Amino acid sequence: MLVVAGLILLELEGVARPAVRELGLFRYLVGSQWDPVGGSFGALPFVYGTLVTSLVGIALALPVSVGLALFLSEMGPKQLRPVVGFAIETLAAIPSVVYGLWGLFVLVPLLRDPVEPFLGMVLGFIPLFRGPPIGLGFLAAGTILAVMILPTIASVTIEVLKTVPETLKEGALSLGATRWEAIRVAVLPYARPGIIGAALLGLARALGETMAVTMVIGNSPEIRASLFAPGYTLPAVIANEFAEAVTPLHTGALAGLGLVLFGITVLLSAAARLLVQAVARGPRGATA
Amino acid sequence: MTSYRVRKASNLAWTLVCAGAVALALTPLLSLLWLVVSHGAPGLSLSFFVDRPMPVGEPGGGVGNAIVGTLFMVAMATLVAVPVGVGTGVFLAEKGDRPFGSAVRFVTEVLSGVPSIVVGIVAYGLVVIPMRRFSAVAGAVSLALLMVPPLARASEEFVRLVPGTLREASLALGVAQWRTSLRVVLRTALPGILTAVLLAVARAAGETAPLLFTALNNQYWNLRPDQPTASLTVQIFNYAISPYEDWHQKAWSAALVLLLLVGLLNLVARALASGRLKGAR
Repeated sequence: MLVVAGLILLELEGVARPAVRELGLFRYLVGSQWDPVGGSFGALPFVYGTLVTSLVGIALALPVSVGLALFLSEMGPKQLRPVVGFAIETLAAIPSVVYGLWGLFVLVPLLRDPVEPFLGMVLGFIPLFRGPPIGLGFLAAGTILAVMILPTIASVTIEVLKTVPETLKEGALSLGATRWEAIRVAVLPYARPGIIGAALLGLARALGETMAVTMVIGNSPEIRASLFAPGYTLPAVIANEFAEAVTPLHTGALAGLGLVLFGITVLLSAAARLLVQAVARGPRGATA
Repeated sequence: MTSYRVRKASNLAWTLVCAGAVALALTPLLSLLWLVVSHGAPGLSLSFFVDRPMPVGEPGGGVGNAIVGTLFMVAMATLVAVPVGVGTGVFLAEKGDRPFGSAVRFVTEVLSGVPSIVVGIVAYGLVVIPMRRFSAVAGAVSLALLMVPPLARASEEFVRLVPGTLREASLALGVAQWRTSLRVVLRTALPGILTAVLLAVARAAGETAPLLFTALNNQYWNLRPDQPTASLTVQIFNYAISPYEDWHQKAWSAALVLLLLVGLLNLVARALASGRLKGAR
């Protein structure tokens, strides 16, 4: 395993080196021009696109997942648990290219009309929701990511909620709290670090997700404020251009993007694991 | 303090919100499954399973070569990944409490979070550049790299479930450590490990991103490991982003085939897992 890890870094670095040497690390990382024919490569539009789509995905998926987890473990009937659990596992098992297919032919038309015109009408005073409703773009990619990372966040959150001591809930309930108040004052504060960890795990998955995003993002390497505009992400540009890159410079620039992506996801998933472990051990200072 | 009625109402409202979240989360699943079946099923026929793709405009054609390509590459990947992954898992469970073991475990966890597209670049550097062509081997290597970390973690879990008494009984009879690990511990954990293998195979069969620039694609039948090879997933991708109505139809049908394949693997894995639990009780 260690050999494999070393190999990954070495190979990425090896393929990426010509580009970085040619362009200079700084210009490469913060350049915003991407023109394979003209030989100018800047990673910024892709980093921007990756971050924006992932954040949209988290923003949509987190409340839904937490709500789902709370309903399943605290509120709803027990008989519901295996059914919904099975559904969530199915959601996690569907290959991403099938999500992309669904996104392209179902979600994108739905966003183009009526969702995006409606958002533009109601929230158009915020630059995020301005611009022509194309369908393909940041919002579509973010939404599909939300669907795809929902199983991850929901299942981890359910696990985290299981670790909340029964006595805390019972204490709140016995003081006369309603079920929701017990959740708000006893369950959520205890589970918060774990839920943040779950969100980070989901974020790490969203950053690296390739196929579904590639199919709905619109593939345009530009930085735009509007969520309706087409964009590009790190994995998507690698998927689209790698097989067709002919110059070592182009291949190297793409592999460099891979290296950036690798770095971001490794950091994130390490942080998420530490957080989840921390909550599994219980909050600091509290002894069971 | 707010009145009791307000508190009751807010309790009810939040319960409804959370129930709504459940419904919202399940909507895409139902929509997706329904559409894949309803769009995909009409396109299924015998020739869809046994023919190779036709150019645009010509009727008929299928994804036979892509199905074979997927199975071929996944099989190669499994052959490599299972010994490495299970071996790592057994090592972690038996010897993993030393510092070296926990380092290996940490790396395994981090690697299982590496995006599949990045793994594709690695396979490209490892296999495609030295061979100077896209090939089934390169695709299989990328899939194998993806399968190892989850396999290692799952095998570790299952090996740890083996009762210590079994291990000690074997050692007490004078059986060597490596033989105990192999013949007693591994055999007891086998059903669980088999489940993990099936899940890993299902995951590999659904991967697209790393195959795009390792195995590429192929319009023809191919079983030579050094040639570009078609796969179901890449075929779906190509059909879906094409501008042709006919190809979109084929994408839905191919997606249905892929879902059936992956679903079947998952079901078998699940059946095995529940059977094992019953046996243990």
